[in-house]
Amino acid sequence: MTVEKLSLSEFKGAMLAIADGMIASKDLLTQADQAIGDGDHGIGMARGFEAVKAMLSEKNFAQIEEVFFSTGTSLLSSIGGASGAIFGSFFMGAAKGVKGCIELDAPGFKNALAAGLEMVKKRGGANIGDKTMVDALEPAVQAAMAYNGNSLGELSLQVYIAAEAGMQRTKTFTARIGKAKTLGERTLGFADPGSISITLIFKFFSDYLKQMA
Amino acid sequence: MIKKVINNPKDVVVETADGLILAYHGDVKKIENSNAIKRTEIRPGKVCLLVGGGSGHEPLFAGFVGENLADGAVSGNVFAAPAPDQILAATKALDQGKGVLYLYGNYAGDNMNFDIAAELAESEGIATKTVRIYDDVASAPLERITDRRGIAGDLFVIKIAGGAAAKLDSLEEVYRVAAKARDLTRSMGVALAPGSIPETGQPTFTIGEGEIEIGMGLHGEAGVSREKMMPADELVSRMTDLILKDLPFKSGDEVCLLINNLGATTMMELLIVNRKVRALLAEKQITVHDTLIGSYCTSQEMAGFSISLLKLDGELKQYYDLPAKSFAFTKG
Repeated sequence: MTVEKLSLSEFKGAMLAIADGMIASKDLLTQADQAIGDGDHGIGMARGFEAVKAMLSEKNFAQIEEVFFSTGTSLLSSIGGASGAIFGSFFMGAAKGVKGCIELDAPGFKNALAAGLEMVKKRGGANIGDKTMVDALEPAVQAAMAYNGNSLGELSLQVYIAAEAGMQRTKTFTARIGKAKTLGERTLGFADPGSISITLIFKFFSDYLKQMA
Repeated sequence: MIKKVINNPKDVVVETADGLILAYHGDVKKIENSNAIKRTEIRPGKVCLLVGGGSGHEPLFAGFVGENLADGAVSGNVFAAPAPDQILAATKALDQGKGVLYLYGNYAGDNMNFDIAAELAESEGIATKTVRIYDDVASAPLERITDRRGIAGDLFVIKIAGGAAAKLDSLEEVYRVAAKARDLTRSMGVALAPGSIPETGQPTFTIGEGEIEIGMGLHGEAGVSREKMMPADELVSRMTDLILKDLPFKSGDEVCLLINNLGATTMMELLIVNRKVRALLAEKQITVHDTLIGSYCTSQEMAGFSISLLKLDGELKQYYDLPAKSFAFTKG
């Protein structure tokens, strides 16, 4: 059995599970960022998803897009830095893909992912190979588009697997954008911390659906 | 855990701002709903200058708010750009109907967050323009100058832009002068030992006992080379050479000189550096109009320093020479 779609309250539960997972990943992300950045990525993401958690517990939602959008604005205003702008833009962009939906199904999730990617690329200007979260997000979106089934559970697993593979590939890239870009070849062998974060977000979403099934 | 005189690490940014505002003795006040400050008295109808960036580099940026300097400053978390809603709140608090010039170091996070804020400000009818500072010659070759980072040269650009914003009537004109100051500023740093982020308590990079990194950035970003420790004169010669040939600075030029402490380097060492820089400039017949030596743009307890030069022309000199008053930079 896999889950076909999520109701509004189930989707809110999924976002809460993602937030808990990201908060628990603080040390892992900090260590990844210390290797090739300034070491604040874990702190920022944990702070951001603490804000998301607080927002989810306070707000009531009428539509799926509101959950995405409020998650985005919470991240944007609480993380700051490049991570806040990029992860905030991803969720705010994703909201545009599910306008008017009161449930999240596979086609809706595909649209949300595509709209999220578009917003991230517009804001950050990163392309595949620049060693950023786009290296995990773009193949994840491509995998979503290639999925023809009706199961949100299966789709989310495909998305996570593709993101994970993209994240692993960033170990073979030298950074061309962001603070790590001046580290050049020293970044070889390390995964981009932002690509780890987006992969974890998809992992926690997929895990939530798996545990529901 | 590296020792720091702090309370809860999560409170450092707010507590720093509280202490700074008190140190200003009423010349600045906090902006509501933002970790930002503004001058208590701003002349109505003035073009305003908003500076900002991540915290952790004190006294940059908020230490440079005052007469003929910045009108306001917005601070993010340690080493992280302020969020758009914070920047927007500061923009609205400053605007006197003539628009706001954003001035900040060229980093992906700052660029995106200030750009989002600029879009939000535009939708609320406030005009903004942006000058990103990229003075660090170590961070990218000259052909890719807009990829370079902003470091201590920020101070020169803030000084000139602050003067221009006090005297000139249009945002366009203030922007033009600020951009010119940015284009005529070059810097180069060296790191001897890392700083640390309060929340992690861990150094931002590792470096061997007897090693230094020439050109290392304010957040531990890689520079041009890692070397064995060397005498001050040799180190200063290498750094100054890279700065001079970049603009390039030429015989007959008049410059302002800034020797900036990254955090843990002593005044004694900075003065030894100054002695050699002046000798090298004199050799090239470059005259020094003004010298600043001290902690202006730091990276926590990072040991090291940077050298910055601003090439003056008649217009820039006029704005540079205006008196200025702020927490961290005062000029008679």
